[in-house]
Order: sequence, then C-alpha cells, then structure tokens
Amino acid sequence: MTDLSKIRNFSIIAHIDHGKSTLADRLIQACGGLTEREMSEQVLDNMDIEKERGITIKAQTVRLSYTAKDGETYELNLMDTPGHVDFAYEVSRSLAACEGALLVVDAAQGVEAQTLANVYQSIEHDHEIVPVINKIDLPAAEPERVAEEIEEIVGIQATGPWAEGGAVLASAKSGLGVEDVLEALVARIPPPQGDRDAPLKASLVDSWYDPYLGVVILVRVIDGVLKKGLNVRFMQGGTQHLVDRVGCFRPKRTDLAEIGPGEIGFITAQIKEVDQARVGDTITTVKGGADKPLPGYREPQPVVFCGLFPVDAADFEKLRESIGKLRLNDASFTYEMESSAALGFGFRAGFLGLLHLEIIQERLSREYDLDLITTAPSVVYRVHLGKTKNEDAKVIDIHNPADWPDVNRIDAIEEPWIKATIYTPDEYLGPILKLCQDRRGVQTNLTYVGGRAQVTYELPLNEVVFDFYDRLKSISRGYASFDYEQIGLREGDLVKMNILVNAEPVDALSLIVHRTVAEERGRGMCERLKDLIPRHLFKIPIQAAIGGKIIARETIAALRKDVTAKCYGGDITRKKKLLEKQKKGKARMREYGNVSIPQEAFIAALRMGEE
Amino acid sequence: MALALYIHWPFCRSKCPYCDFNSHVRENFDSKQWGVGLRSDMRHESSVTCDEPLTSIFFGGGTPSLMPPELVDSLLTEAESLWGFAPGIEITLEANPTSIEADNFAALALAGINRVSLGIQSLEQEALHFLGREHSADEALAALAIAQEHFDRVSFDLIYARPGQSADAWFGELDRALALGTDHLSLYQLTIEPGTRFATDVRRGAFTPLDEDSAADLFAATRERMRAAGLPAYEVSNHARPGQESAHNLTYWRYRDFAGIGPGAHGRRGGRATVRHRKPENFLSAIARNGHGIAEERVLPLREQAEEAVLMGLRLDEGIDLDALAGRFGLSRDTLVSARKLEQLVEQKLVEATEERIALTESGMLLLDRVVAELLVGAPETV
Ligand SMILES: Nc1nc2c(ncn2[C@@H]2O[C@H](COP(=O)(O)OP(=O)(O)O)[C@@H](O)[C@H]2O)c(=O)[nH]1
Ligand code: SF4
Ligand SMILES: [Mg+2]
Repeated sequence: MTDLSKIRNFSIIAHIDHGKSTLADRLIQACGGLTEREMSEQVLDNMDIEKERGITIKAQTVRLSYTAKDGETYELNLMDTPGHVDFAYEVSRSLAACEGALLVVDAAQGVEAQTLANVYQSIEHDHEIVPVINKIDLPAAEPERVAEEIEEIVGIQATGPWAEGGAVLASAKSGLGVEDVLEALVARIPPPQGDRDAPLKASLVDSWYDPYLGVVILVRVIDGVLKKGLNVRFMQGGTQHLVDRVGCFRPKRTDLAEIGPGEIGFITAQIKEVDQARVGDTITTVKGGADKPLPGYREPQPVVFCGLFPVDAADFEKLRESIGKLRLNDASFTYEMESSAALGFGFRAGFLGLLHLEIIQERLSREYDLDLITTAPSVVYRVHLGKTKNEDAKVIDIHNPADWPDVNRIDAIEEPWIKATIYTPDEYLGPILKLCQDRRGVQTNLTYVGGRAQVTYELPLNEVVFDFYDRLKSISRGYASFDYEQIGLREGDLVKMNILVNAEPVDALSLIVHRTVAEERGRGMCERLKDLIPRHLFKIPIQAAIGGKIIARETIAALRKDVTAKCYGGDITRKKKLLEKQKKGKARMREYGNVSIPQEAFIAALRMGEE
Repeated sequence: MALALYIHWPFCRSKCPYCDFNSHVRENFDSKQWGVGLRSDMRHESSVTCDEPLTSIFFGGGTPSLMPPELVDSLLTEAESLWGFAPGIEITLEANPTSIEADNFAALALAGINRVSLGIQSLEQEALHFLGREHSADEALAALAIAQEHFDRVSFDLIYARPGQSADAWFGELDRALALGTDHLSLYQLTIEPGTRFATDVRRGAFTPLDEDSAADLFAATRERMRAAGLPAYEVSNHARPGQESAHNLTYWRYRDFAGIGPGAHGRRGGRATVRHRKPENFLSAIARNGHGIAEERVLPLREQAEEAVLMGLRLDEGIDLDALAGRFGLSRDTLVSARKLEQLVEQKLVEATEERIALTESGMLLLDRVVAELLVGAPETV
C-alpha cells in the first residue's frame, strides 16, 4: 500500500492533436514504464480506430513510479479519459477518480472549445489544473500569447514560471520540459484522501471485455481496500462477484496484492458481459459494506438511432453475431431487430452520439468484415397520442420513422434539444451562424476573444444528428470546434416525410422533419437522389411527400445511349469484365419496384450538402 | 467446324490520340524475325485447332499495311499449308490511306489479300488533324481509288459524333462517302477510351465530347440514312450492301471459333480463351522460349461462353436464336437470360422477340450494353 500523501491521480485534458498521447508516452518513458523499444507509438490508444482518429474511446490508466527531486518516490496514476462529447458521462466518471489534471494546449493553436468544456468539467470536480503549453519546438509556437489566452479564457494562472503557478512549457516530441511536468504534478496536484478502515467504496470507472480475463474493471478506491478473494457487491447493478485478480497497468498489466484508498487499479471477477459492470457503479463488500453508493450514477442513454442492414442479405446472421460480440464490450449501445421492405432484416441500434454510431459501424465493418447499409440517424421523439374509442391517451417514445403513428392521433410531439458551443476563428463566423440558423438554431450567446469567436446556440438534436458536424468542419476548413450538451425536450411541429421512387415509398429514406424545413429538405433529397440513382431504361419520378401531399419532385430521365461502338474478337474479354463488374454492383443495390438503388445512395441522400 | 484466323501487326507510324488498340511506335522492326515468329505462333495454333480449312483471315493492328508484302505473302502461304483455305475465303487487311501504303496495294493483292479496310476516318481535313491522322483528305481519296482498283472488296472507316459536329455537317460528309462507291462502311462514334491522349485532353478540358443526346440522335439518324442508301447496319457500327458483310467479323459476333496470333491477339477456340503477350518484344521472346506467344490460356466455362455469345450476338441486326444458342452450351434459355427482364424489355420496345430469334429494335440498339446487362445480370450498371 502506498501512503496517501505519495499518490497523485490526474488526467490529461487536450484538444485533439494538441499532444495528449505523445505527452503521455513521454511521461511513461521518463518513469521507466517502458523502454524506447517497447513503446509502440502512442501506448494509450489501443484500438485501431482510436489510433487513426486520435480519439480515446475507453478510459485507460497507467501507474507510474516517479522519484521526484525531493528524493521521494510518488505513485502517479495517469487516467486517459475518453475524448469526445458522446462519452461525456464516461468522462465525468474518469474525472471523478482524479484530483487534478494537466491541461495540454498546443503552443501554436491555442485554446479550443472542446478543451474548454473539459476544463470546466474538471473544475467542477474541484481539480487542480496544471497548464502545459506543448509543441514549443514549433516555429509557429507562441507560448506567451497562449499563456495569456489560457488566463483570459480558462481563468487559471498560466503566465510566469511553472514553479510559481504558471504553465509548464514543453515539447512532448523532443522531451523538453517533461521533467518539469512531472515536478509540477507532484508539487501542485493534491494527494487523494480516504480511509483504509472504513467500509469499502470503490468507483467503477470503466470496464471492457478482454478475451483472456473476461471483463476487466477499472476502479478508484475511495475508502477501504480491494483484495483478491473478496466478495463484492455492485450497488447499482445489484450483483455479487468474487474478486479473482487485482492489479494495475504500468502500462503492462501487473498483479497487485491490493488496491488501497486513493489508488486506481483494475479487478477481474469472472464477469462475462460489460453490461454487468456499468460505469459509475459503486463496488462494496458483501459483508459489512457501505450503506450508500457514491453519487453521480446514470444509466447509459442512447440518443441517436439508426438502422443497420447487411448489404448482402445473406450476412444477416453474421451481423447478429457481430453486434452481439461488440455489445459484450460496449454496454452503451442498444439494438433490436428491425425489418425493412427494401433492406430486409437488420437492426435498429441506439448510440450515445454520432461519433459513437460511426465507431460501432466502423468496427462492425472492420473487425467483423461486414458491409453495411446505415439508414438515416434519428433521435427519440416523444409523441403525445390523443384518446380514441378503444384507447386512452398516452405518451410514446419513437426512434424509428417507420413507427410514426397516424397523424390524426397525434396531439403533440416533443423533440430533444441541445446547447451547442462553437469556437471558431471569426472569419468563418458568418457561414457558421447561417448553418445554425438553417438548422432551426436559437442563438444564446456570442463573444469574441482576439480573432476568435465563441457562439452558443440551442439546436434541435435532429438537425445536428446527421451532417452538422461535417458541414461545420467543411465551412470552417476544419478550424471550428463543436461541443454540445442535452438540454431536454421541446415541443416541435414535426412531420414524417416519405420519399417515393417510381411511385413506391422507400422506407429506409423516411425522415422526421420540422414542417418549416420539410419542403426544402424534400427538394434536397430528391435532387441528390436524382444524382445518386443511375439512369434506367425508363424514366423515374422521385417524390417527397408528407402524407398524401407531394412537396417536391424530380425526374431521372431515361438513359439515351449506352452502346459500345467497337467490339471485335479482341474486345470480348473486356466486355465480359464489365459485365462481371455489373454483377458485383448488383449485389450492392436494392430494388424498389423496378428501380435499383445503390447502397451508397441511402446515406448520401441525407447529406444536406451545400445549402 | 469453321475457323477464322486473326493476325495482329502491332506497329504504327504514330499513335492516334483516340486509339486504345495494341499499337506501338518503333523506329524499325526486323521483318525476318517477325516472319519467323508469327509463323511459329501460327503453327502452334494449327496444332491445337481442327484442321478444317480457314474461312477468313484478318490482318489487324496496329497498321498491317506497313507490313512488307513478302511478309504477308509468307504468312498466307504458311496458313494455307497448315489449314487449307475454304472456297471463297475472305482475306482482309487493315490499311491506312497514305500514298506510301497505297504503293504496296498491288503487291498485297498479289499475295492474296482480297479485301481491305481503310482507316480513312474523315473526309474533312480539319477533322483528320484533330484525330491526329497522318494522311490528308486528298491522299485518302487517292488511296481509296487505288485500293478499289486492286481489291475485290474495299471498306472504309469513318469516325463521327466528333466534338461540336452538327448533324448537317456529318450527313454532308456521309453523303460524300457514300458517293465513293463502297459496299461496306464502318461508322464509329468517337468514344473517349481510358488511357488515351483524348482522355487526358477531356480531363484537362481541352475539348468536350459531344453530348449524349446529340450522339444518340446522330446514331439513330445514321442508321436510318444508311438503310435508305442500301447499306443497312448489320451490326452496331457496320453497314453493308446485303452479301457484303465482313465474314471474318461475323465470326466474332456469331461467336464461332477464331485463332488469334501476334502481339496482344485474343482467340476463342475449342472452348478456350487465349491472349498473346501485348508488348512486341515480350511477344518475340515468348516465341523464342515457347514457340508461341500465349500469355494466358483459359478454359471458358460453358456459361461464360454462352454469355459471351449473347453479348456478341445481340450486336447483330439478325440478333440471336436464343434456344439454339443456349443449347449450344448445354443451357436452357431461361437459365441463360432472365425471362422477366426479357418480357420487360419487349414491353419497352427495346427488344423484339419472335418464335426463333430475339434482336434489338432500333431504339434498343442505342442501349445495347444496358440491355445485355439487364438480360444477363438483371441490374443496370451505375452511370
Ligand atoms: N512539433 C511537435 N509535435 C508534437 C508535439 N507533441 C505532439 N506532437 C505531434 O502532434 C500530433 C498529435 O499528437 P497526439 O499526441 O496524437 O495528440 P492527441 O490527439 O492530443 O493525443 C502528432 O503528430 C504528434 O507527433 C510537440 O511537442 N511538438
Ligand atoms: S493507326 Fe490505328 S492502330 Fe495505329 S494508332 Fe492510329 S488508330 Fe491506333
Ligand atoms: Mg491521442
């Protein structure tokens, strides 16, 4: 057991690409956690997707042993928190396990909105924040300006020498200042508190499935001691388990005799599904346990839903199996079977947010080699139904346009809203405001700091769910950052819009939209489908309709000419290859009536493009 | 079983910007070495094909009119001794209409060539320049006259649906062509093939190909005009006075056996598909190693053969006898083509079906590739 005064638990807050992973690697290296050779680049991001996108999805911890200049050896627990708003709850659990944070800011880029949101969260957890200005080796680095910006925007001291409370200047790349970072950590972040003799209370920070160990649970012990052989109870989940292993990561997995108060480590307890080890739960002993769980537990709440269908209908079983396996490792998404007239059998899945959706989708295609059609993402609508002869009035939650009730029964509809914070160089402000306005946004704040603007909007989630983020990135050339939190339900005049191709409704393209934008959306969808559906031998009308009323229409002209001018003996093989390609293409098409719609069209039709 | 022989001559004086054939520009070539190589390649083919006499021979390229007449002569002598010639054998040579080549016509006729196909391409000087041709319009007319003097049958090619070409301009040119007294004309719409200089030009915006609608209109009107002139289309781009069709090319479209020798030549014989090495140097070294220039030889599954037969056969005005064709490959018509699609296509008046044959209608011919895809695949290709 380590003396509480020698423990430091901290996380690193950074905007994407500001150097969080690189700095973490440096810290690990400086504390002898791994030799140069053992470091695969960026130790902390484990999954391929994490590495590629530079986003941490699961929390990770590393325990470091640092002998400081005062001659004492400290136990440093570095907590790598998920780095995206979709995982805000997971982030909050990780933060709750720490007493401080390093705020890493790129010396050339300065403070970004996402950084701010995380800093505020960290401040809410009473963290001591140590600013680190990274990448000072860059020619474009302006550490003084960035230090001032941190003081101005974040409101913590950053100017002056680090020993007097200023920011640590570092280059994670070259290793410069890494020693200072460690010294600042020890000097400025307070040690945890806790009572070894009190009943066990450990916070379940994160959990994941390991094929060899079963479910591995990341814990922060508040009071008491976690040991192998202990019978524990999960206070929220209500289950009991026998702890069969306790340990920590250095970053290699290392077994320990115990995890004492103030410490962070992992346990395994022969648990097969992560669903049984929910983030935020409190672990206590079965005998003589705590009577009250730690505050702040929340059930995971999917907010975005979409249909997932195999491109090749024969892959349905494979999809079922793969989703099941993924779910073993991620309890935060939900799924149930769905069938669509056009797409056959698939699943309706719920996610914490758009990134989460993309990650699951990508993992399914990458790790399980599945080709998927994803239908338009939808949010959850709360629909108030009036009384009928046979049924009382009731309130239902709808997350699939296919389940939209008969309009005559609908009394009112509520939709989820968010508060979005966008931070951007002010030159892009105009188009960004227009984008928010077009998406039914209500501006609540706008401030300028230097050449940057921070704007907050309240927006209906269904306007953001699809391509808002992509659009924002493209109109700001990647400079704007975006962050959101949910702010509850509001009534909205929403309607279901159907798309008809050659007079047949295409269920996978149905969409819930606000009445005021329906016509414009319908027109956009029809126009895009016109480009996405190949010309056929006959002309194809494409219509958008609300109920029986057509609100937009386009026509795909019949193909006029498609004939190879020259085809002699030497050309047969080439023509045949073309035919083979067509056969392959057919497997990726869906037939509605006589019209073949390419798989890509389903998702692309919904991209609102340049409005 | 009848057999046709294709001989590829890979060299050209310069590379035309629209051309994606296997043609190569070389300073010079060793005529003797090529004679030895091609005869060896030919002997290999004779050893694996039936010994029925040849019904047609076609010298294609490249520019086979650049072959020394003695070389042509030696190849024909070899072919005759290997297979024998069927009565009325058609022996075609592709020629470019320059004065140099025209000087060889007499000797080529003497060697046994009885039909030439001249790459005139246009009667307009400006168009010839755009198409990167080496000859002038006047030179082409002179070469045509000489050819008509020496060969029984003379066909020539024109390329139309050129960028910005109006219907009036084209039909003016076509009328002049028809007045030249030929019984066979190949009229190709200009298409931009990947990897050609034109493809790069188009990508860079140097010119814009004629739009699809205008090209479609020109295609239909051209076939109409040719029918009226007594040279109806017997294939997508080929027009002839009845009886003057190219027997050799009909072999391809009716999907009968042909052996192909020379660089890059394809063959279909005895249920096998063959391809020769494309690059002239590689071809010769393969000959030296193996005695033949085959780069790839593959047994074609029956279904694949049947599909090839459909896609070639429907290019013909006469269409295909679906039952007989399916039967030739041990299939039934319904397993070969989608009956539902066929019915739809007939309803859409793109295909005409009688008891015996199915064939494309005039409007169907414009959409041939898609129709074939519908029949064989059941789904359209993405455009
Ligand atoms: N020049 C320079 N580049 C750095 C420094 N730290 C990180 N980087 C680079 O910045 C990019 C993003 O770093 P990374 O650690 O993945 O950032 P993260 O997204 O915050 O984890 C990588 O290409 C790093 O090599 C630094 O101090 N100087
Ligand atoms: S002459 Fe014929 S084969 Fe040679 S480059 Fe021109 S078009 Fe191609
Ligand atoms: Mg990273």
